[in-house]
This record gives sequence, structure tokens and C-alpha cells, in this order.
Amino acid sequence: MPDFGNVQIPVGPQHPALKEPESFLITLRGEKITAASVRMGYNHRGVEKGAEGRTYTQDIYLVERICGICSHSHGTAFIQAVEEIAGLDVPRRAKYIRMLVGELERVHSHLLWLGVAGHEIGFDTLLMYSWRDREVVMDLLAAVSGNRVHYSMNTVGGVRRDVDSALAETILKGVDRLEEQTKYYIQVCSEETTVIKRLSGVGVVTHEDALRLLVVGPTARASGVARDIRKDDPYLAYDELDFKIVTSDHCDVYGRTLVRLGELMESYSMIRQIVKNMPDGPITVKAPRKIPAGEALSRYEAPRGEDVHYVKANGTEKPERVKVRAPTLANLQAVSHMLRDNNLADMPIVIAAIDPCFSCTDRAVEIDRADSGPRDRMDWGRLRAHGIDFYRSRGVDFTELNRSLTRRMKKL
Amino acid sequence: MGAIQRIVQWSRVKSPWVIHFNSGACNGCDIEIVASLTPRYDLERFGVLLKGTPRHADVLLASGPVTRQIEDRLLRIYEQMAEPKFVVAVGTCACTGGVFQGLYNVKGGIDRILPVSAYIPGCPVTPNAIIDGVVKLLASLENPPKKASAG
Ligand code: SF4
Repeated sequence: MPDFGNVQIPVGPQHPALKEPESFLITLRGEKITAASVRMGYNHRGVEKGAEGRTYTQDIYLVERICGICSHSHGTAFIQAVEEIAGLDVPRRAKYIRMLVGELERVHSHLLWLGVAGHEIGFDTLLMYSWRDREVVMDLLAAVSGNRVHYSMNTVGGVRRDVDSALAETILKGVDRLEEQTKYYIQVCSEETTVIKRLSGVGVVTHEDALRLLVVGPTARASGVARDIRKDDPYLAYDELDFKIVTSDHCDVYGRTLVRLGELMESYSMIRQIVKNMPDGPITVKAPRKIPAGEALSRYEAPRGEDVHYVKANGTEKPERVKVRAPTLANLQAVSHMLRDNNLADMPIVIAAIDPCFSCTDRAVEIDRADSGPRDRMDWGRLRAHGIDFYRSRGVDFTELNRSLTRRMKKL
Repeated sequence: MGAIQRIVQWSRVKSPWVIHFNSGACNGCDIEIVASLTPRYDLERFGVLLKGTPRHADVLLASGPVTRQIEDRLLRIYEQMAEPKFVVAVGTCACTGGVFQGLYNVKGGIDRILPVSAYIPGCPVTPNAIIDGVVKLLASLENPPKKASAG
């Protein structure tokens, strides 16, 4: 067979395997990926700058909308920093309610991931099953917060809605149902040969590489790195809960699946503890409108890993600077490493296995280095003209056909 | 309307193929679009089928405000779709820019770039609202209001 050398394939920003606009440049030799690079920024909206122009209360809603999947994570990480600067003592009941929503969010996010992973390996039944069960936790979130996706539970100094005893009952019942289903998924994933064979040895990150590349969250824990902010640097009231860090030493996509399934079981037990031990008392304290000058860094274990927020206040009702480091940004560096030496067909599942969230990640703006050589980029207009000329020069001209088709369609 | 056109129209209304594109959304609307295709809501019972490429699609479900970097892509995807085509703006962001209005990298709602046939507000839109919106769009294709501008 002739050797075609290296072939470069752009994937994205719109691609059936990607759920969000992001683009990858994959270099192939035959079927094997030899290099991969990521191009970000399609989802960059400018949230950090926007946050500087809005008040703290407005920012809660803006920061939540960095990402619709881990919306509570961003909201809580931000508000923790603000409360630390203001020196507010948040009531314990509010902390418990924040943890409750946080763990429910983890459950919804991991179930969502399980379905997406199933879809990427052509196991659509798993997608339909896990998304069906995910509706149980969506109902619980809607009952607790009033909305299915953006919960907006936080306010400076506490939470906005209380959890009464009837709701607590509903939550416990829902969790029982979810636990039963998750046991079934664990069984499926540990017995189904197709799943095991498809996922084992794919997208490997060894323990050493995981430490070197600084991956976070389930991606790190699946490489045997027992790192979890809930244990390492407990926030809210996580030090009062009894749970363990789920790890695996598979170091591949299969390990990441097992870790997430194990974390689901841990979350169920945590939700039960939270509901049973919920302390009485108020759910907010009064917060000043203006936050005194100061700065704070806050860490939060989001479903995808460590989420870091930095807030700098200057004594007005608006922050001076907000900086977000979302977990996917930490994990994205490892993706090109994971992709190397894998088959092209494994690309979707390898990318999906870090559970990427590009709307979280896109805080960066690309800077072209002056010494990186000239780049030939066509803008849309030039590209379009090039396409039309390309076909015309080969004697194909669609102009007339297009016109007549459009005319006919308009008549319909 | 001739027989052929009637058949085309019938199949278009009974089985629209959609493509979903995220033009800078926070993912909230996107997961709700997927949720509306999964068993609890099951948009497929109206014949709606999710496609991977714009060339196969009749309807573009666009979520999110339009960011500067995605603008060209959105246009390109729209131009790749075959006529007649419809755009549905899913979510408050897609309708107006929503919470991201005024951010430096955000252009505003989808209708700044493309002609929109249906707006479904909500942050995020619930799957019920998506289904309602899509069904209303289909109904309007079947019995077009007097001055409807398609596409
Ligand atoms: S409307 Fe709300 S949920 Fe939808 S993309 Fe915008 S911010 Fe996210």
C-alpha cells in the first residue's frame, strides 16, 4: 500500500461527535492519530469582563450561566469567594441546602455523561435508559429549586429556598429509585463484554502522566490520583459527611466510567446524610450591598473536577475582577496526549471521556505569536467565492439551477 | 399545488429533520434539546429526527447567543442547508442574547444573523416548550398564515 504520509483532518466546530462548538485538528497516519491540537474560543462570550460591570447579585445569575450543566458549581464557587471577602457567616442550614443541590447536580451530570458515552460507542440503548432515569433527578431539582437546569439557589449570605419535610421525603424516594437503577448500570458496565472491550485501553493516561498533566476530577481519579476538593480542602460542610474518594487504576476510558458510576453511589449516600442531618435555623444572613475591598480564591469540586473562582472586590457593589478556571481547561491539555496512538474511530469517546464542557472553558482568547509563521486563513466570503470558482473552472455552474429552485420553492 | 408538491409538503410536515447547533450557549438549552429527544418527552413521535449534518436538515435548532467567533460558522451551516429551511431560536439567549446581552464577544440573538421562523423563550427552555414550539411551527407550515415568509 502506498504511504500517504500524515493527513490532517479538521473536526468541528460543527461535528456530530461534538456536542458543543470546538474544533480539533487531528493528524493521522493511516488510521492512527499521531497528533491532535485543540482550537477553542467558539463559546467565548466574555463573562469575566461582563461580571465586572454588574452588581454581585446580578453576577450570581451571570456566573451560573457559564455552564448549564454545572451551574450550581460556578454559582457556589463564586458566592463562596464573595462571602469570604465580606466576612459573612453563612448559616449551617444554608450550607446543607447548597450541598444538597450540589450533589443532585453531580448525579444529573454523571447520568448525562453515561448516556453521552453510550451514544459515542454506538450503545444508544444506554443513552435512552440513563436519560430516562435522569429525569428523576431533574424532577427533584425542579422541586427543590423551581427550575430544571439553572437552579439559582444561591444568594449572598445563604440560599433562596428552603427544603421542607415533605420535599425531603420526595428526595429520599427519588434517590432510592436512582440507586436501584445505578446498580443496574454498574452491573451492565462490569459484565457486558462489548462495553469492557470497547472502553479498555482507550485514551490511556498513566498515573505519572496524570500527575504531570495536572488533570482533575474523575479523569484524575481514574488514573489512581485520589484528589477531591471535598476531602482535600473541605468547603461548605463536607467535613461533616461520611464518604470516600472513588478511584480506579484502569487509567483508561473504562476506568473513568467506573469512577463516575462509583461516585453516583457515593452521592446517593451523601444526599441521604444531608437530608437526615439537616440542621434547623435560618437560611440566609443579611448581606451588605457593597462588598469591602479584598480578594479571595475559592475551590469547588464540580462534577468534572476542581473549579476555581477568584474574586477581587474594591468596596463598591461591583467586583473589580472575576477569574474562572473551569475543570475542563485543566483536562483539555491531556486530551491531545490521550488521543495520540489511538484509532480515529476512538476519538469521540476519548474526547467525551473527560466530559468536556467548552462553555465553561472558553474564557481564553487566542493570541497569535508573531513568530509562528504566516497562516493562510480564508474568511467566509473568500472561501465561498473560492468554492464557486473552483466548480466553475471545472464547468459546473449551479447559479441558474439555484435560482430556478428557489423560485419554485417560493411558489410552494 | 400539484400532486408532487403536495407529497413533498406532506413529508416535510410529517417528518422534519433537524440539526442542532450551539452558537455560544451555556449548554443549558442544549441538554434540554437532547432531553426532549429522549424517552420522557420523545420528540420523535412527531417524526422529528436529529441529523448530524446541515445538508440533511430542514430545521436548524439554534441555541445560545451568537459569539463573534461562531458567527461565520453559523452562516455557513445555514447556507449548507437545502431550501426551504427554517430556523428555530431555542432559549432566551437565542431570542435576544438573554443574560449575555452587552458582553463584548456577543452579537445578540440569532435573528441578528439569520431569519428566524419561531422563537422559544425560556432559560433554559423546558422540553415541553420545545415540543410546543416545534409543533406550532409544523402547524404553520401545514396551514401557512396569509403573510408568512418561509425561510
Ligand atoms: S437561554 Fe439560559 S439556558 Fe439557554 S443557553 Fe442561554 S443562558 Fe443557557
